[in-house]
Amino acid sequence: MGRYVARRLLQMIPVFIGTTFLVFCMIYVLPGDPVRSLWGDKVPDPAQLAAIRAQLGLDQPLWQQYLDYMGGLLTGDLGTTTVGRPVADEMGRAFPVTIRLAVIAFLFSSVAGITLGVLGGMRRGKYVDTGILIFTMLVISMPVFVLGYVMRHVFATELGWVTPTVQNSEEIGQLLLPGVVLGMLSLAYVARLTRTTVAENLRADFMRTARAKGLPRRRIVRVHLLRNSMIPVVTFLGTDLGALMGGAIVTEGIFNVHGVGRLVYDALVRRESAVVVGTVTVLVLIYLAANLLVDLLYAVLDPRIRYA
Amino acid sequence: MPDTTSIEKATGTAPVKVGAPLPAPAKGRSLWADAWHDLRRNPLFVISAALILFLVVLALFPSLFTDVNPRDGDPANHYLGRPELTHWFRPDWFGYDGQGRSIWARVVHGTRASILVGFGVTLLVTLVGGLTGLLAGYFGGWLDSVLSRITDIFFGVPFLLGALVVLNAVTDRTPVVVMGALAFLGWTQMARVMRGSVLTTKQADYVTAARALGAGTWRIMLRHILPNAVAPVLVVATIALGSYISAEATLSYLGVGLQDPTVSWGIDISTASNQVRNAPHVLFFPAGMLSLCVLAFMMMGDAVRDALDPKLR
Repeated sequence: MGRYVARRLLQMIPVFIGTTFLVFCMIYVLPGDPVRSLWGDKVPDPAQLAAIRAQLGLDQPLWQQYLDYMGGLLTGDLGTTTVGRPVADEMGRAFPVTIRLAVIAFLFSSVAGITLGVLGGMRRGKYVDTGILIFTMLVISMPVFVLGYVMRHVFATELGWVTPTVQNSEEIGQLLLPGVVLGMLSLAYVARLTRTTVAENLRADFMRTARAKGLPRRRIVRVHLLRNSMIPVVTFLGTDLGALMGGAIVTEGIFNVHGVGRLVYDALVRRESAVVVGTVTVLVLIYLAANLLVDLLYAVLDPRIRYA
Repeated sequence: MPDTTSIEKATGTAPVKVGAPLPAPAKGRSLWADAWHDLRRNPLFVISAALILFLVVLALFPSLFTDVNPRDGDPANHYLGRPELTHWFRPDWFGYDGQGRSIWARVVHGTRASILVGFGVTLLVTLVGGLTGLLAGYFGGWLDSVLSRITDIFFGVPFLLGALVVLNAVTDRTPVVVMGALAFLGWTQMARVMRGSVLTTKQADYVTAARALGAGTWRIMLRHILPNAVAPVLVVATIALGSYISAEATLSYLGVGLQDPTVSWGIDISTASNQVRNAPHVLFFPAGMLSLCVLAFMMMGDAVRDALDPKLR
């Protein structure tokens, strides 16, 4: 187990370096000059422009900038914004909010999604199943921003259960609706995936054996059926965790949540490259860690899988 | 997915005459002929195909449905004009937006951008990803290692954020630019599917047979492996097409997608979102069309998967 984890961690290094370098290139090679934009429409003084560039290290070649950045990252230094605030501070404020949002979305999509999927899979072809399929299909087809406005209209404007926009991003109660909106798409995918695997596993030999042994139905479903059906679902949920955080940008915009998506969006508008790179780097790390966790979970779910 | 059940029912309960030859559905038919046989009988496929056909006609010939210019507004007379749902196909059918432009005309003309981007990105992604996956899966070895690592690297970039970063830097965002950016970040999914599919197909006996008969590398790859490995790619491509349309609209909504001379549902939804309280119809119609369009492709993808995936039969 330990050796497996070590090997996986080593394998993650080239992917991490590659992905961050790709993001780095995307931000710095593309047109647009963050330092120049500090002056807005005014004509900048060339000497001052060069001085600020040198101070921020923007006059170095790209690979040198990347190496410097990675060196700083290893010591926990994420750089400073063009106006001199540490990037780590900005991220420290935004990430907890988005993590809360993503956790709400994750819990909602996994619990509700698996429940719906099991319901549908056990009654394949019945009304419940068709209803779940139609519902999930509608959710998948509705882009998140459309869904967000619809839910906001229904729950905030019509029913008045919540405020239309989030007043305080720290409060869990206010993040519930945005979290549900964020998790809806995953819910639909989880429900469909669970439904398919449950329906497939229902026909498996081990299910017939369990029934023949006279086990109570509850135990058959919980232990034999569910546990065997969870592997593809867990894989999906694991890769989805990173996507939830990166995809929160639209939901955060609609509900005025001050999270990571908001941070990146504002940073892009203000051309604060360091903030964008830092945020995306952390998101990549989360994505890689979630993938590793999923692979380790396989062994828990399926004892046939062993890691040497 | 939903309709495999009705097929099962149909074949399971169909009265079979004693002595009559048993129906042998799959015998003698290729995977494709078999899939087509199933698809034609699948209401999901028929509905989605009709919808997609309608959307493609809208995209190609918008002037058949409205002769109003979607960019001409009359704010004085039509500011946020309410929809007249009985005025079929007339400019005021869906009402007017905040600049007095006919929403019906904008919805009709907006189809082109979505369909163009959807098909364009899917084509690019299938070509690039498919080729990468085919080469990696067929040759294996160091080439596979290199290509797979490159795929991993691109796969690690968050899709929406990545597209936001790329498109934010471009000032002139035509549909081609948006297509390029989405394809640049989206090809990895196709490469992975293709690689996996090629890896399983490569093991088949007919490939060994072809090699024993002296077929060259390219002949094996293009005539024997590719046709047999392409089915999962096709399924993923159909489903992905819908999600690319959704992605384009999301980016346009965020203000980094298509730009004003282009009429796009995403842009209209973005503009409408400021007025959603006093004029929900301005948001409803473009959002509804967008969802309908994505729904059509998702349904089509579902139907194609059911037809091509023998596991669920």
